[in-house]
This record gives sequence, C-alpha cells and structure tokens, in this order.
Amino acid sequence: MKKNKAVPGTFRKVLKRIRSHWLLLAVSILCAAANVFLTLYIPVLNGRAIDSIIGKGQVDLAAVVDTLTLVCVCAGLAAAAQWVMNICNNRMTFEIVRGLRNDAMRKIEILPLSYLDSHRHGDIVSRVIADVDQFADGLLMGFTQLFSGVLTILGTLGVMFSVNWQIALLVVFITPLSLFVASFIARHTFDMFKLQSKTRGEQTAFMEEMIGSSEIVRAFSYEKESLKQFDEINERVKKYSLRATFYSSLTNPGTRFVNNLVYAAVALTGALSALRGRLSVGQLTAFLSYANQYTKPFNEISGVITEFQNALACAGRIFELIEAEPQVPEPENAVVLGEVNGSVDVDHVRFSYVPEQKLIENFSISVKPGQRVAIVGPTGCGKTTIINLLMRFYDVDAGAIRVMDHDIREVTRKSLRANYGMVLQETWLKNGTIRENLCMGKPDAGEDEMIAAAKAAHAHGFIRRLPQGYDTLISESGGGLSQGQKQLLCIARVMLCLPPMLILDEATSSIDTRTEILIQNAFARMMEGRTSFIVAHRLSTIRTADIILVMRDGHIVEQGRHAALLAKKGFYSDIYNAQFSE
Amino acid sequence: MKTLLVYLKKYRKEAILGPLFKLLEASFELLIPLVVADIIDVGIAGADESIIIRDALLMAALGLIGMLFSITAQFFSAKAAVGLAADLRHELFDHIQSLSYSKAQTVGTSTLLTRITSDINQVQTGLNLALRLLLRSPFIVFGAMIMAFTVDVKAALIFVVTIPILAAVIFGIMKITTPLYKKVQGKLDGLLGMTRQNLTGVRVIRAFNNEEKELADFESGNESLTSMQMHVGRISALMNPLTYVIVNLAAAALIYYGALRVDTGVLTQGQVVALVNYMSQILVELIKFANLIVTISKAMASADRIQDILLIETGMELFSDNEKTGNDCLAFDHVSLIYPNAGAESLTDIHFSIGHGQTLGIIGGTGSGKSSVVNLIPRFFDATSGTVRVDGKDVRSYEPDVLRRKIGLVPQKAVLFKGTIRSNLQMADPAADEGAMWEALRIAQAEDFVREKKGWLDAEVAQEGRNFSGGQRQRLTIARALTRRPEILILDDSASALDYMTDAKLRRAIREADPDMTVVIVSQRTASVRFADLILVLDDGHAVGLGSHDELMESCPVYREIYDSQFSRENDGREVPGDEKK
Repeated sequence: MKKNKAVPGTFRKVLKRIRSHWLLLAVSILCAAANVFLTLYIPVLNGRAIDSIIGKGQVDLAAVVDTLTLVCVCAGLAAAAQWVMNICNNRMTFEIVRGLRNDAMRKIEILPLSYLDSHRHGDIVSRVIADVDQFADGLLMGFTQLFSGVLTILGTLGVMFSVNWQIALLVVFITPLSLFVASFIARHTFDMFKLQSKTRGEQTAFMEEMIGSSEIVRAFSYEKESLKQFDEINERVKKYSLRATFYSSLTNPGTRFVNNLVYAAVALTGALSALRGRLSVGQLTAFLSYANQYTKPFNEISGVITEFQNALACAGRIFELIEAEPQVPEPENAVVLGEVNGSVDVDHVRFSYVPEQKLIENFSISVKPGQRVAIVGPTGCGKTTIINLLMRFYDVDAGAIRVMDHDIREVTRKSLRANYGMVLQETWLKNGTIRENLCMGKPDAGEDEMIAAAKAAHAHGFIRRLPQGYDTLISESGGGLSQGQKQLLCIARVMLCLPPMLILDEATSSIDTRTEILIQNAFARMMEGRTSFIVAHRLSTIRTADIILVMRDGHIVEQGRHAALLAKKGFYSDIYNAQFSE
Repeated sequence: MKTLLVYLKKYRKEAILGPLFKLLEASFELLIPLVVADIIDVGIAGADESIIIRDALLMAALGLIGMLFSITAQFFSAKAAVGLAADLRHELFDHIQSLSYSKAQTVGTSTLLTRITSDINQVQTGLNLALRLLLRSPFIVFGAMIMAFTVDVKAALIFVVTIPILAAVIFGIMKITTPLYKKVQGKLDGLLGMTRQNLTGVRVIRAFNNEEKELADFESGNESLTSMQMHVGRISALMNPLTYVIVNLAAAALIYYGALRVDTGVLTQGQVVALVNYMSQILVELIKFANLIVTISKAMASADRIQDILLIETGMELFSDNEKTGNDCLAFDHVSLIYPNAGAESLTDIHFSIGHGQTLGIIGGTGSGKSSVVNLIPRFFDATSGTVRVDGKDVRSYEPDVLRRKIGLVPQKAVLFKGTIRSNLQMADPAADEGAMWEALRIAQAEDFVREKKGWLDAEVAQEGRNFSGGQRQRLTIARALTRRPEILILDDSASALDYMTDAKLRRAIREADPDMTVVIVSQRTASVRFADLILVLDDGHAVGLGSHDELMESCPVYREIYDSQFSRENDGREVPGDEKK
C-alpha cells in the first residue's frame, strides 16, 4: 500500500522534470496526433482507390491517381511527423536522465557517511545506473507509444463507428480476448520463471564455489564428485527452463489466434454488409487493415503500462536517493584553516552511531603539536570511530573537537581534511594509473616529487617493475597488486602531500614483517614533527606513544602513557600481556 | 560456432520438426489474403452468402490450425534449445575442471563464470528464436512475393524492387546502430564503475578533497553517454518512418498498376486487395527478422566465446620420462618459474631437497615467491625451467590424481565448501571414517570447537565457511588436509589467524602424529619455521638462505633481520615469545 501511495508523488516529480522540456513535449504530442491521423487516413484513401477499380472497363483511373497522390503525400507527412516525434522524445528522455544521474552523483558526494555506511553500495549503484536506465526505457516507450497508441485506438474506433457501427461493435467485443489470453499466460509462466531463476541462482552459487576455489578442488581431486553434484542441479535447471520457455512462448500463437478470429469476423460481417450494399469493397479492405492494426496498440499499451509502472518504481528509488538528507552544511562564515600546527583538543565528546546504543561518552584529550596518539584495543573495538570523528566523517553528538582552537564544525571540511594525511587498513585505490593514484592529494606534483614519495614508501621498486611503470592502469580492486603493495601505494599517496597531521592504521596482517620494518621507518620519518593518530598493533609504536587510548566495545576505557597504564593493571595490561607475551 | 553445432546432433529431431511446423503455420498465414480475395471476387461480386460464410470459417480454421502448429513448433524449439544449453553447461563445467590450474587462472574465475552462465543463456535464447523464426521470416517474405507472382507476374515485379530496398534500409540502419549501442553500453559500464568507486572510496576521496574532481569526471562521462545515446537515437528513429514510406509507396504503386490491369480485365478487384495485403505482411516480417538477426549474432558471439574456452587444452601433458632420480621426498632442481603473461621470473634457480619425515620451512616477505614454490609441488603450475621431484620422480610424470593424493594442501585462503564438516573433510578422502576424521580434527586443534557445534561432524558449513571464524576455518582446512593422511603436508601460511600458542601446539601435534609425514611450512613468522630441519629464505624469488635456524642466524642477514623484528625486544626485558622448549 505504501508503495502505491508513493506513486502519485513520484509521478508528480517526474512530471516536474518533464515540464522543463515542455516545448519538446508539445511538439512531440502534435506530431503524434498528426501521425496517427495520417496513418488512419491512408487505409481509407486506399479503400477509396480500390472502390474506383471495380472491374474490367469500370476503372476511374483519374480518381485512382488523385487518391494515390494523396496517399503518397500523407505517407510522407506521416513519416516526417513520426521522425520529428522520435527525435523530440529521444532528446527529452536522455536529457531528463542525464539530469537525474548528475543529481544523484552530486548527492552522493555530499551524503553523510552515516547514510553511505548504512546502505549497501550495490543498491546505490543500481539506483544510479540500472534504475535510471530502466526509467529511461519506460519514459521513452511511454512518450513514443502511449499517446500514439491511445490516439490510434480512439481514431480507429471513431472511423469504424462512423463507417459501420455493427462491425465496430464486434471488434470492440472480441479484442479484449487477446489481452485476456496474454495476461492469463503471463500469470502462469511467472511462477515458472521464478523457479527457473531460483534454480539458476543455486547453480551459479555452486559454480562460483567450485570454480572460485578450484585449487582446492584440484588439490583433493574432487572434480568427479563436483561434476556429479553439478549435473543434479543442471537437470533441474533444464526441467524448469524448458517449462518456462515453452509456456511463455505460447503468448504469441495465442494472441495471434485471437487476432485471426477478429480478422475473420470482420471479413464475414463486412462482406455480408457489402452484399447488402451497406459497405463498399474499399471500405471492407480499410476495415480489414484496421482489424490488423487495431489490436497492436492494445498489446503495446498494456506493455507500456507495465513498463511505465516499473519505470515509476525505479524513479521512486532514484528520487529517494536524490532527496536523501545531505550532510550538515557548512556555516556561511566557515573558517578556512591554513596549515595547522597540529594541536587537537577533544572536549567532552559524546558520540554514538545509533542513539539507543551509547558509545563514546565524555571523552577528552588534549593533543599538543607533534604528539603521538596510539589507539589500541582488540579487533572490532571501534578504533575507526575515532578516525570518523577526527576527519569529520561523522559529527559528534555533544562536546567538540578543536583543531588549533577552531571547532571543526566551524571550519570548512575541505581545509580540515587537507590538514590530515590518512592511511587506512582497507586499501582503496581508484581506477586509473599509479600516477593518478599517487597524485590524488597533490594533483600538480612533479615527476621527481612523486618518485621521491614512492621511494620513501618503498613502492618505487615494484612500481618500476610493473609493465608500464607509473602509467600502469590499476583497477579498483588493485588488479595484479598484492595487498602489501597496495598498502605501500596508499602510504606513498600520503607521503606526497604530507599534511601536518596524520591518521595511520597500522596494518600488520597484510604486510610481511620485512616490508613492515621498511614501512615503519617510513612512518617514523613521516611522523617526525607531526601530530599523529595511530591505530596501533606494534609494540614499539604503542610504547613510544605520548598518549595511549585503550578501547573496548566502542568505549574508551583507559588513557595514558605505557608505563602508567601497565602499572594500573587494568584492561591495557591484560591485552598487553595477552598479545605480547605468552 | 562449428564445434558447438556438434551438440545439436542429439536434438536433430527437434531441430528439424520445430522449423518445419513453423513453416507449415506460415504457409497458412500466406493463404489468408487469397481467401479475402475470394470473398471479394466470388462472394461479394457473385452475391453468394454461403461462399462468404465458408471463407470466414476457413479463415478461422486456418487460424486454429496455425496456432496448433505454432505451439508444436515452440515446444520442439524450446526442447532443443534448453537441452543443448544444459549439455553445454555440463561439458563446459567438466572442461573447466579438467584445465590445469595455471590455465584456469589465466582465464580467470569471473570470465569462466560468465561463459557458463550468461553466455550459455544467450546461446539458448538465440537457438530457440533461430529455430522458430530464422526460416519463418524469410519464408513469409519470399512466400508473399511468390504468392504475388501467382496472382500477377507483372505486378509482382513491384515486390522484387521493394523487398531489397526495405531490407537495405532495415539492415543498413541496424548495421550502423549495433556497434553504437555497444559503445553506449560501454559508456554506461564506465559510469557504473565510477559510481561504485565513489562509494567504496568515499573516505579516501573526501580525505583528499577529491569530490569535485570525481563529480566532474562523472559528469563528463555522463555527458558523453547522453550525446552518444542521442546520436544512436537519431539514426534508429529513421527506421519506422522510412519503412513506412517505402511500403506505402509500393502499395500505391500496386494499386495504380492494379487499376490498369483491372481495367484491361487481367486482374480482379479482390486480387488487387490481396497484393496490397501481401505487401503489408512483408514489412512486419522483415522487422522481426532484423531483430532476430541481432539476437542471433549476440548468441553467435557468445557461442564463439564458449568455444574458445572449450578449445583451451587442459595443459596437463604427462611426461613419459618417469625415471626415478634419488630418494628425496621433495626436491627442487634448479627451478625457475615465469607465470603465464608475466614478464619477469617469480622464482629463480631454486635448488633444495628434503627427505621423508623432515620439515621444510619457507620464509620471506610479501611477493618473495613463497606461494610460488608451493604451487609447483601439486603441479598447479609447471616450472619454466628445472625439475620438481616428488619421491624422486618428476611431478610432470605423475597422473595428476596420483600426485595430488600424496599431498595434503592447506592453502593460504582458508576455504570451506557449503555442506557439513563431514562433507568437507571427506573431500580429501571419501572413505575416511569417523575415527580418522576426529583424529585429524584433534591434530588440527579443531576438536574442541567442533564438539561444541550442534551435530558435531554434521554441523552445517555455509558457503565459503562463512559461519566459522577465520581461525576456525584455518584449523578445519588443516584437518581436511590431514584426513587424507598425506605423505607431504603443505601449510601455506595457514596459521596466520592462530595465536602463537595454538600455532605451537598445532605444530607439535603434527610432528607427533606421523613421523614419516614430510611437512612444508610457509610462514612469515620465524617462530613457525625455526625448528624446521631446513629453512628456505626467499627474497624477490631468489633463495637468499638455506639451512637450519642456527646456520641462518649466522650466515643470512635477511633471516636475521626478520628474526630480530619479531623476537628481540631490546630494552623490554621480556622473554622471547614462548615456543617449544626442546
């Protein structure tokens, strides 16, 4: 029900977007009307021409030529009208769609992280791409077929009734039969299609497993057994697929049969009327050609209606995204931070992702320029929450975070973030060349600068060995790069711009110890004189930190220096002893 | 394409009957205009009601028989197409499994999955349509022309001129637009990639203040998509108007020429109507045919891609030379490896050997070639030069099954398969009894948590083992390898998710379990390899050290560096992390 309620709202929004192209729409409708009128007029003209050629010696050639000339002119005009209509519709649709996509993307760039973190990415992507595409199809089909379809039906009926109302009535009664047949078959094949796609899904999952982990299948010589299981699913796919394919293919013969019945009925009644002189042969042929044409817009319109409903549903999903609440806008007099000295004050901060679940309460630290803050705690204890707050990916619920005494909510996001260098554990690289990736933070960096940064991050060596060096294209997932190499690239990316404050996520799991030593050296060099926040796993980092934040289940349970915390014999000393000694 | 046609042989009957029934149906359709002509010329002209009624019933009957024939045809085509697709899937899956690991990796999992899912579905759809329509449409087009010839040879010449013009327009437009539509799809895929990238990388993009650049990239991609869509739209918008004009001009010509012929008594009024009707049948069929060609050419492209996979040779040629050289359990004889499509060597001149019951440790940094060494043992890849020997014989001289049965591999990625713990363990040895499985679980330090699961050995395992923690998965994969009581157990960095304590216990249990089992341990932890009989230290594909722990501490700086980073905690005053006290 909720969905149905939303439809009129969505429809209004769609109309609003169409309205800005009203001129194109008006031209399109005019052309559609002209086209329908002319295409309906041509069979009448042809009929008139045929009535002029009754039999041997009974041909009025002058009349035939006159009528046919008119036919040619009408056909030409109809075609021209249709072409102009098509062009207008194309233009309208694709411009509306482009606007939608741009709006969606613009919104994505300013949506709060809380929105993006809580919505599946695949879903958002499919809204921007697949839904918009589907909407375009529906809209285009609607524009091209809806008006002309409706006009054709009305026009045809009008002409038929004016010529011979009995036959017209007959046609009106038989035609819905074909719609009925079509929808009857569609209803019954729907279940088959569902079953088919479910079984296909099962098969795909199985193949993903077996082909994706083929080294195990091979290592254990499991091929025969897995083929046996595959065949079992394959048999079922075959069975359901046959039913679905066959049943759905009944639609065409079914509707065609109904159409043939209409045709035969028109021929019968028409011919009988002709006998009684109520209809000329030419009119009969016009009728027959209408009977042929008349059912087509019906099928089209029912197609358009389903398609359009679908398109509206898609549009609804797109508008949901476009109208989502954006992040808190910056105040008008937002301060633009220059290069900061690196003092950070966290002042009685309260924060939680969901109001019901308290997380960080009354959290205060004062970080002086150049100090190191180590964030420690077991996996999943919420260490990234701190990063989220510092970078202002999320806003605090109460209290404030200040950088050089500016509340970070009162400075521009851009200038705040430009002062942080961030290396996260999940390595993200954009589709593009190594060069583009390295220069993300400093697009105008020179070649030497870039190479120096890569060298400092110990990435130069393997980059040089790649097929195209710094111009090697890497894909989002990193392509042929190992996890460790990707991490090195992310470090090099920060090395190049090297802002006064750093946020580092020590990733021990993906980088081997030897490489890590090298990275550690690079990190150390990078951190010199810079305020740094480190999600730390390494003992040496933790021990030398100026402040250690100990986190557990999202809360900050202890803070202080290494020795003091150890002496406290609290949670820190527990995890320290568990992790670093046995 | 050719090789795939072989699979159609099995469905010869269906492949012949399908099109045949379709042609029969089409011939009935071709009779309709003649019946209409009869109504006009005999029924109306002769004022004979009974003929009109008879003809109308005849038309209805033709429609009914046509429908029955058509349904029969649909059934046979669906059966052939679905059956062929199922056979192909079986064949392809079997073939993929028989490919050598190296070949399969070169093609890539996602490509293989696409081939076996959407490409085969595409072939199924294409074949189904081809069997139904490929013959029917040309049959109707040429049939209509031939029928026109039977009506009047001279008038039929108009058909001879019109058909090629129509075909040229329809196919010409499609030929121009098809590649353009492909480009549109490509651009859409590009936008999809950009959208996804903006979601997955949102933190990095915002941290580097790259939102505006990303938006600009998106908008320019969107702009070029839109202009491409409009360009294609403009061209394909020509199709309907052009064909409409051509058909109407031809019909006008028919009527004019018909008028002349009727005047001289060669033709009747009804025959002229029949000719016009044939003309309109042609247009519908030609458009259907053009769409069919698109589907079929897609299916052919898919078929070619499938064939390419089927044509890949398995790449597991057996070496006839199975002479036994030495008695070592495992020996690498100056082995080098270049991966397919890689430029540089991943392993260079690796040379070592170990005896039965010994333990080999392999240590080195990320990308140093540890896994490459492991991949060569079960012959996932073949050495580019040099020889790998198991039991003194070249691995290439073994039947793959025989070789792999000797080996228990625990891969780096701990993958389990959907099923139960039992089904996963029995992958390694279908004949393993409960006792053997529990023994394997005990050694792998997995007994405790399996006993806590409901159903014990019959506890459910989700796809990829997602319902187990990383550490549990690793221990289960170790148990799986142990279940087959291998001669060589290979642990490819497979204890990374275990704490030091469990890791040590595991190694001790393995050692005690079977004194004859040769163990290969790949690790980044010196603790895991330090008590091995022989340790191979890899750096960038080269063996930079080979010997026992003590020897390497003396002679190998790389090894010492790794060891120091993990063990000595200068100034910490703590013990070295606990390990076996020998």
